[in-house]
This record gives sequence, C-alpha cells and structure tokens, in this order.
Amino acid sequence: MIATLGRFSIWFALAIAVYGVCVSILGIRRHRPALIESAQGAIVSIFGLSSFAVLLMEAGLVGHDFSLEYVARNASLDTPVFYTIIALWGALEGSILLWIWLLGLMSVLAVMIESKRQRELMPYVTVVLLCISAFFLFLAAFPASPFTTISPVPPDGRGPNPLLQNHPLMAVHPPGLYAGYVGWAIPYAFGMAALISGRLGETWIRTVRRWSLVAWGFLTIGIIVGGRWSYEVLGWGGYWAWDPVENASLLPWLTGTAFLHTIMIQERRKMLKFWNVALVIITFALTIFGTFLTRSGILSSVHAFSDSGVGPLFLGFIGVVLFLSFSLLVYRSDKLQAEGDLDSLVSRESAFLVNNLLLLGFAFSVLLGTLFPLLSEAVRGVKVSVGEPFFNTVNVPIGLSLIFLMAIGPLIAWQHASIESLRRTFAGPLCLSIMGTGICWFFGVRGLYPLLAFGLSLFTVITVCQEFVNGARTRRRKTGEGYLTALSKLTSRGRRRYGGLIVHLGVAFLVIGITASSVFKLEQEVTLKPGESLQLGRYQVRFDDLSAWQEPHRFVVQGNFTIFNSNHKVAEMRPAKRFYPTEQQPIGTVDVRSTMREDLYLVLSSFAKDGTSATVKALVRPLMMWIWVGGWIMILGSLIAIWPDRRRALAADSVEEYVAWQPGRS
Amino acid sequence: MRSALFALLVAGILSAQWASAAVAGSLEEQTLRLAAELRCPVCQNLSVADSPSEMATQMREVVHEKLQNGESPDQIRNYFVSRYGEWILLAPTRQGFNWVAWLLPFVAIVGGGGIIVLTIRRSIRRGHKGNVEPSGSTDPRYTSQLDEELKEWEQ
Amino acid sequence: MATWKKLSLLLSIIPLLLLLAYGFKTNPREVPSPLVGRQAPPFALTMFDGSHNSLEQLRGKPVVLNFWASWCFPACYEEAPHLEAAWQTYRDRGVIVIGVDIQDRDADAKAFIDRFKFSFPNGPDPQGKTSIDYGVYGVPETFFIGRDGTIHYKHVGGLDEKVLKAKIEEML
Repeated sequence: MIATLGRFSIWFALAIAVYGVCVSILGIRRHRPALIESAQGAIVSIFGLSSFAVLLMEAGLVGHDFSLEYVARNASLDTPVFYTIIALWGALEGSILLWIWLLGLMSVLAVMIESKRQRELMPYVTVVLLCISAFFLFLAAFPASPFTTISPVPPDGRGPNPLLQNHPLMAVHPPGLYAGYVGWAIPYAFGMAALISGRLGETWIRTVRRWSLVAWGFLTIGIIVGGRWSYEVLGWGGYWAWDPVENASLLPWLTGTAFLHTIMIQERRKMLKFWNVALVIITFALTIFGTFLTRSGILSSVHAFSDSGVGPLFLGFIGVVLFLSFSLLVYRSDKLQAEGDLDSLVSRESAFLVNNLLLLGFAFSVLLGTLFPLLSEAVRGVKVSVGEPFFNTVNVPIGLSLIFLMAIGPLIAWQHASIESLRRTFAGPLCLSIMGTGICWFFGVRGLYPLLAFGLSLFTVITVCQEFVNGARTRRRKTGEGYLTALSKLTSRGRRRYGGLIVHLGVAFLVIGITASSVFKLEQEVTLKPGESLQLGRYQVRFDDLSAWQEPHRFVVQGNFTIFNSNHKVAEMRPAKRFYPTEQQPIGTVDVRSTMREDLYLVLSSFAKDGTSATVKALVRPLMMWIWVGGWIMILGSLIAIWPDRRRALAADSVEEYVAWQPGRS
Repeated sequence: MRSALFALLVAGILSAQWASAAVAGSLEEQTLRLAAELRCPVCQNLSVADSPSEMATQMREVVHEKLQNGESPDQIRNYFVSRYGEWILLAPTRQGFNWVAWLLPFVAIVGGGGIIVLTIRRSIRRGHKGNVEPSGSTDPRYTSQLDEELKEWEQ
Repeated sequence: MATWKKLSLLLSIIPLLLLLAYGFKTNPREVPSPLVGRQAPPFALTMFDGSHNSLEQLRGKPVVLNFWASWCFPACYEEAPHLEAAWQTYRDRGVIVIGVDIQDRDADAKAFIDRFKFSFPNGPDPQGKTSIDYGVYGVPETFFIGRDGTIHYKHVGGLDEKVLKAKIEEML
C-alpha cells in the first residue's frame, strides 16, 4: 500500500516536473502568462506530492513496514522512535527523497515570495528549478527508489547504522547540510534566468542575496554541527578530518562566501558581473559534486554510502550543468561588461577581490587535495593519500591571510582609501592586537602560526567592536539615544553590514578555538586498574569500575571515572562502548566535560572482560567550546543579515551604504 | 624578483612544518607526531595518532618501539612505505609529480593575484581617461547625508 | 571576451569530468602491495597449539600465509573451507598453509578454528607485528611466498578455490 502510493506520487511528481518544464518553455515562447502560472502550479504540486511521499516513508519507518526494502535496511523493532524517524536520511534513497522535498519547499517559497516582484525572471527561474527537481525525481523514480519492496517480508529490520543512532545531532547535521546544498539551487536558478533572459542588471543579484544568505547559513549549520557530531561520536578527539565528503561540504561554503562578498561590488559599482554568475554556477555545481562524492564511492570516506549506480548519473548531471551554464555565460559575456571602474589599489573593492582570490585559492587547494589521489593514480599509477598534514600545511597560511583580510576589509573605504584614513582606522586595533599577541607569547604561545592566528583573530574582534562602538556613538550623538538603544537600532538599520560583522566575529572565535584546541592539546592513553588514576594537565582521572547492561537494541559496557582537579572532585565521567548485534566492532561513546576554558574528553579504548582494567584515552583541548560558540555567533550573524527589514529594502540599502562609506569616523 | 620572493614564501611555508617536526620532545610526543603522519589502514582518513582502532594502537606501539631502538623518523617512515606503499603517508612526499599538489594552489593564488593587480590597474587607467569621479572616502558630503538620513528616519 | 578564452573556459571542464569518470574505474579500497616480488619479511609465530613456525624454517617450501580474524564476516568465513581444502590437497607436495589471526580474542579465534576444522597451523599475532610487517590493512589478506622466499602474489579479500589453486600451482 505504502509502496504503491509512494511510487505513484514520485512518478506523478516526475511527470508534473516534465510537464512544467514544457509548458513554461511554451509560455515563454508564446508569451502566455497562463502557461507560466501553470508551471508555477507544477512547482506547488511537486512540493505537495513530495511531502506526501516523505510522510509515507515516515509512516513506513515508524509503522515498521518491513515489506519496504528501505525500512528493512534502516529501521528495526528495537530502534528508538526518534532514530527511526531520522532514519529517513540514514541511507541513499531516503536522503534523495529528503533532498527532493527540501528543493520543493525552497522552490515553492521562491515562487511565492519573488513571483510578484520578478515577473520577467520568474518563468526562467521556474524552468531551471523544475529541471533540477526532475533530475532528482528521476533518481528517486528509477535507480534509487525509496519505495522498492522485498519479499518475503522479514520479521525485523537491520536498523540504522549504529553511528547514525548514537547522537541526537544526526537530526540536525544532514538536513542542515542538505538545506544548504539545496538552497544554492535558488541563486543558481536566478543566475541562469538572468543569463537566458539577458536581463543581466543588478535585479537578480539583489533578489538572490537573501536566498544566498539562507543557503549559506544552513550550510554553516550543517558543517558546524557535523564537526560537533564527529567530535562527540567518532571518538578520535577531533572534529574535522579533511575527509573527502567533509571537504565537499566546505567547497560550496567557500565559493558561496566569495559570492556573498562580490555581489556587494556588483550592487554598488556594477562590476564583476561575469564573475558573479560564474561563482554562482561553480557553487551550485559544487553542491552537486558534494552529493556525487557521497553517493559514488570513488573516494573512500566515512560518509560514503554503498556504491549504488547513481554515481554516473550524478557525474552526467554535473557535466550537463557545467557545460550548459558556462556556454550560456560565455554567450552572454558581452553583456556582462563592467560599467564602473576602479579608482585605487587600496580600496574596499580591492579587498573584496583579494578575498575572492584567497577563498577560491583555498577552495582550489581543497579540491585538488581531495582529488589528488585519483590524479596520482591516473598519472603515475601510484596510490597516495592526502590528509590532515597536507591540508594543514597548505591551507593554514591561506586561512591566516583570509582572517587578516576579514579584519581590515570591512573598514577600508570604498573606491579609495587614503593613508590618513587607514591610519586612523587601524592604528588603535593594530597596537592593541600586537600587545595581545605579546601577552600570548608571554603566556607561552610559541610558533609563527599560533601567534599569527591569535593576533589576527584579536585584531578582527577589536576592529569589529570598534565599528559597533563608533557607529553607536555617532548615532547617540545625533539622536541622543541610550547606548544600548543606539547599538540595537544601528544593527537593525544596517542588518546586512552589522550581521556580516557579527559573522566575522564568530569566525574569529572559531579560529581562536581551533588554534588553542589543536596547539595546546594534551593527550594520554593508559591502561588503569580500578582505583588507579592518570594525570593530565590540571585533571586527575581516576578509574573506579566498569558496569555493563543490556538495552533493547544493544549491549553497553561503561567505564566509570571520577575527575579531580587539585584534589577537588569536579565530575564523574562515563565513556562507554556499545555493542550492536549487526556490527562486528563496538561503537565507542565518548564522554566530554566542556567548559569555556577547556574540554576534557574521555574515550574507553578497551577493557578487560573481567573488569580488572580499562584502557582510557584522555584528551584536554583548551578553548574547544569557542569553536561551537563561534559557530553559533556566525549563525546569529547570518540570521540578523537575513531578517527582513520592516522598512523598504531600498531605503535600508542606501543608509547602509553611507554608513559603510565612512571609515575611521569617531 | 617576484618569482624569487614567491619561491622564498613557499619554501618558508613548507618548511614551517618541518621545523616544528624537528623539535624533539619526549618519546611519547615523538611517537604521536610521527603517527599523525601515517594513515590508519583500517580507518577512513584518520591518522594512526587519532584513530581509536586496535590496528592503529598496534602501529603506535611499533613506532614507539622503533624510536626506542634509536631509529630516525625517516627510517620509520621508510619502513611503513616499504610495507604499505606511499599510500600510508597522509601527505604526499615532496618529490616528482606530488609537487603538483603542493605547489599548484600557491601558483594559482599568485597567478590570480597578478591578474587582479593588472585588472585593477587597467580599470584605474580607464577610469582616469573618462570622467574623474570624486573619491568618496573622506568626502564630508556623505557624513552630512547620513545625518540627514538618520534624522529623516527618526521622524 | 576573446574566442580562445571562451573556448578554453569550456574545454577546461572536460579534464575534470574525465578525472571523476576515471574514479569509477578504480577502487579506493584496493591498495597494491609494494612487497610483491620482494623478499618476504621474516616472521616467527607461536601457534595456538604451542608449536613454532618461522619463515626461516620454511625456506625452500612454497608458503600460503593467510591473515584472518573471527570477526571478519562474511569474507573470512567464506574462504576458510577453501584454505583447508587447499592444505589437504597440496600438503603432500610440500606446500605450507599458515593462518595468522589478527586483532582477535583467543577464545573467538579457537571457536573459528574448530568450526572450520582447520588442520593447518594457525597462530595469533600479538601486537600486530607480523601483520604490520606485511602491510596488512584488512582481513582477509593472503600472501603467496615462493620457494626462494619472495612474495609471488598478494590477494586482498576472500579467496575462492580457483585463485587459490592457480596461484599455488604457479609456485610449484
């Protein structure tokens, strides 16, 4: 029943998508608004049908309908309901279904919000979105159907991969990432619409900037939460392994960040038109590339789903997207000439250009590193690995230059910055951050990179604060408001600018956290008998005993530890190992004690069966929490920037612009 | 001149890592540092230092033992390469074709930087030929405009 | 925009797609061993029955060195009967089959040996010395060591009867 309905709704949605593409092309050709409206109706119906399909799948999962192959493989009678529900994105077919639903949701929102304002572009946007939907619906209808049945019906399912039912963050990480991926389809569709229609003014840029911010925000959530999940579940004490699929999620984030910055140049100076369309194409192609890497199994990765034959289809899709989009782009290249000119090498515009260079350079090195094993095998016939040591060596200097730019960029004047204004803006923060770096050195920070990382992050924090303080002070002088009122009004009047600055602040926190937690990491692995303890940093970790019990779907062995800090008991920690009947290797569960100052991270590596000893790996990672705090600040900043203005967008723009035009005011 | 500077920069970046690796610590620290360069064979993209798997634990012990016997980090790396192939190293060796991976990002950035500088210069020249716009940075006009705008909003 | 620029922009997509397509042809999990064709690393094992085996003693005989584990399901379970059968067939012609059990608990390993009634020598690999020396990265893996002590062939994954027979014949 579920299978039939599900398959029917997917097929029907696919048919509607194809129909929608046809009528909208016909409508554009013959100038028939009725046909265009019908195509927009198609988008709404696809969303309706895919929602229905998702509900059916959830009904199948929660209702343990093991006649569905997907349910039999990814749910079981013992699995808790929560993890049964999120098993929707635990494997290939379900995640494609989720993808379709998210794309449907975004498309409907785009049509509802923009169709009145963007009458000229909307028909083309509809075509592009329907084409993308059609591709994914095709996948769900044929090679990766979530509604295939099996017989005989097994009495119980296998249950989700234990790694995916070990932590509630699995409910956030994949959907966040997918929403981020899917979100870029909207700016891409507008970019393509601009290219096809030849309306290459600033309209499409102004429309997509909020959509891009939404996509960027979701991608940020997906990546940060993914790091957190890795830290708390995989039990290796880290959060980012430069795994191919992690890299694939970082790539569109980097190019998308570049896009968010250069659209400002196009809005204000009518330049970089070609580059912006190219960036939005690259970003969208990279989101598909990310999915491709996860599904194709061409590189080994923690995230790789089993090889399923959709790989070549994805590759074909990437090829078609790239060729069609870039052909259109070069076809329209004459219309994409800059209308403005630059005035100086030292200006906001130049800062943005260098920022793009570095972001794209970062992305390029990540892409090259990710694909280099393939390249090496193709050229030399030798398999090599490219991992953390490579990416750290190559990307840390690029990243540090980016932070430097992030600190100074927003404060450099548009068009032309005079030496005088630069001095006025940066002399104070520079002095303070050099002093701060000196203090870091005094407290034992050594090495060029860590000092630079701390110094530049501090520099960023100071310049951002200076910007807020100066803005609020100016406002206060003009309006006589209280300090806090001035600050909040300042932010809400220039949401985009101040939201952006808050994102920069978050990045600075993130970098401080990353640096401190990796440079000053303490690590020890020891086998302890009950009552014995290990000393790590300020902490004394005492092994008390082991306990073990049976849960419905797993067997758990837990180590009980008491933590002392200079003879004061501060916590009890319980890392465990969970044994799932379907897995040969147990899954470790770490215990982390987080404070703003440092994280204590315990992993139960192994234990004697009779409980007489346990091997524990203990890590102390200073300022680890700052990474997550930084992440949340980044998301807060993007929320502020996305939040719709009560006043007309245009008015806000102009004010924002004037505020931005005055560096170093006091 | 520029290319010499670039070469110096890249050499500096690449050797920064080596310099830190040459600083000797306790045997445990040396073991972890070496293990961080080796790929755990049974894991997905985790180093021998990070991986909680049994194989990685055993490999850490082998590294530890070899260091104790006085073998140099290079000898130990070579040992693992001779058994597992280049694949065991988490960063490609700096030789031959592998230089493509190490250098291409920097070449691309420097090349891109050159293009940007040229573009900006050309654009500035073009701008000067046409009507010369007043530079906005220290123009008091905008300050007053802001004030007006703000006042207008408050009403 | 100059035509050559347009063309080169479009053409630059092709090598990228080709590289990705090449990825379908390769298996990231299959890593060729540098040991093949070289002298086999020496090993000295204490078997589960208490006897000793080392490569030194076996010089002059073809050796099939199989790395397995009881938790390696299903590949190790599938190849186990073939190994025992090959041992029965070829032991009279001087071929030695040796099983090395890695990353395992002794009790589980002994149950595995009983289950498949292994009569060829099997021993544990304490601290993984031998498996690391042989560059083992997963189980099962099998090395075919010729009479002169060089590694003739390495097989990754479960063995079937045909490969096993063919490779042993080649060494005889």
